[in-house]
Amino acid sequence: MIRVRQILSVCSELFLVPVGCFGQQSLLKPAGPQAGKIEWLYWTIFWIAFVVYVLVIMAFTRASTRNRISGDRPAPVLENPPGERGAFIAVHSALLITIFTLFVVLVMSIVTGAKVGGISSKNPVTIQITGHQWWWEVTYPNSQADQTVITANEIHVPVGTPVVVLTSSADVIHSFWAPNINGKRDLLPGYQNAVWMQVDKPGIYRGQCAEFCGYQHAHMGFEIVAQSTEEFSKWLEQQRKPAEPPRDPDAAQGLQVFMSHACVMCHTIRGTDAGSRMGPDLTHIASRHMIAAETLPNTRGALAGWIVDPQSTKPGSQMAANPLPPDDLNALIAYLQSLQ
Amino acid sequence: MTSLRLMLLSLLCFALLSCEREDRRFRPAPSAANTLDSVQVSGLHPGGGPPQSGPTLPGYYEESAYAVSEGKRLFSQYNCSGCHANGGGGIGPPLMDQGWIYGSEPANIFATIMQGRPNGMPSFRNRIPEYQGWEIVAYVRSLSGQLPSDVAPARGDDAYFKPSEQSMPNQKPTGITGVPGQKQ
Repeated sequence: MIRVRQILSVCSELFLVPVGCFGQQSLLKPAGPQAGKIEWLYWTIFWIAFVVYVLVIMAFTRASTRNRISGDRPAPVLENPPGERGAFIAVHSALLITIFTLFVVLVMSIVTGAKVGGISSKNPVTIQITGHQWWWEVTYPNSQADQTVITANEIHVPVGTPVVVLTSSADVIHSFWAPNINGKRDLLPGYQNAVWMQVDKPGIYRGQCAEFCGYQHAHMGFEIVAQSTEEFSKWLEQQRKPAEPPRDPDAAQGLQVFMSHACVMCHTIRGTDAGSRMGPDLTHIASRHMIAAETLPNTRGALAGWIVDPQSTKPGSQMAANPLPPDDLNALIAYLQSLQ
Repeated sequence: MTSLRLMLLSLLCFALLSCEREDRRFRPAPSAANTLDSVQVSGLHPGGGPPQSGPTLPGYYEESAYAVSEGKRLFSQYNCSGCHANGGGGIGPPLMDQGWIYGSEPANIFATIMQGRPNGMPSFRNRIPEYQGWEIVAYVRSLSGQLPSDVAPARGDDAYFKPSEQSMPNQKPTGITGVPGQKQ
């Protein structure tokens, strides 16, 4: 009994773990009109399948209990057993009902698919998402180059506004999937895809890559932060600014460390000389909730661990290990945490 | 019967040969720290005599197809291709021919990357982690056919009709280092 209870508690903990993460990720808690339609389709097919399951099990039970042969007496072979005609009709009508039900499900899927793809607006918010092994580059394009915002793994959207997401990939095929908001969309290298989405409830929704893309596919998450239009514009305004120069000597030394070590080879901090686009843009890294594509919380300790030994968290990640002396590491983190 | 067995056995051996070619090490052990001190970039020695042998490269990098392909990725991401193109050279010297101004040995190329060289080659010391430096070295050597063809990259990611590193002819390296009497 104790064993069973232990197993049950372990199972419930397993199910509870995702709740502890930042943001929720569930198909069954739609936050937008498209996910609502997908959820409706999900439950409709679920209940149809449930009824079919119950009927099939009932038929099996009946078939296995009737005409039971007792003892070793072999079953008699009859030329024209009674009820043969009835069975013929029953089997064929069941077949017809099955075909009809599947056809209905097919039509419902196509109609839902068309509705989900069908939002459109003349004045949408445009976001360009580029998949990388193993993180997401998020761009808010602007006709003026210096007003373009580039960030990573955290997608802010205004509530109740249609958003057009342009997707592409820098290396292999990835797939963009935020189950609370919409279905999946593949990110193909050398090709631009587009998908509409709309979030109606403010909140933080987690999404992840849905196409196997290499070692750290499982640690390639992102979050969608849905805010009111005012909060969104305020956020965008803040993200447009270049990084502020360091204010205290610690942060100043941190900038020095950043510029003289491997960091500068891959990362951009707008407002400094660092301008490489291999890794995520760090101009406003302190404003993000998570680092390493939703793998670690953006805390001092996690940041230090990630910089010193990223390969223990995400083996195969393209982030190189940086065994920095403690003073340099402290200064570097002080600087990164000042990048609000 | 015996010859058939022998044939099967040798086939099996061939299959085993390719087993370790993609060995991946994500946390490579730090290599010898004194590599840079013992690299020889000139053929001149006080007192004459044969050249001293230089340090040897940590073996893993030139034996792992993964390390070489990482080198290929870094070669373009760190913009080596900005000056050396895809090995054919441009602003910098070509890397796919037999001429090596500062030596063709792995440790020599490593030193060239880390220390920089006159007339434009920048120093990447501290900027490129040591293990990535060795990966780039392995890739650079594959450009002139110095690596076994089962390790050298077979094709690139972009639509580019350059022959793959795998099919590069082996260029006998020449240059000043260690070979007295040869011109630069």
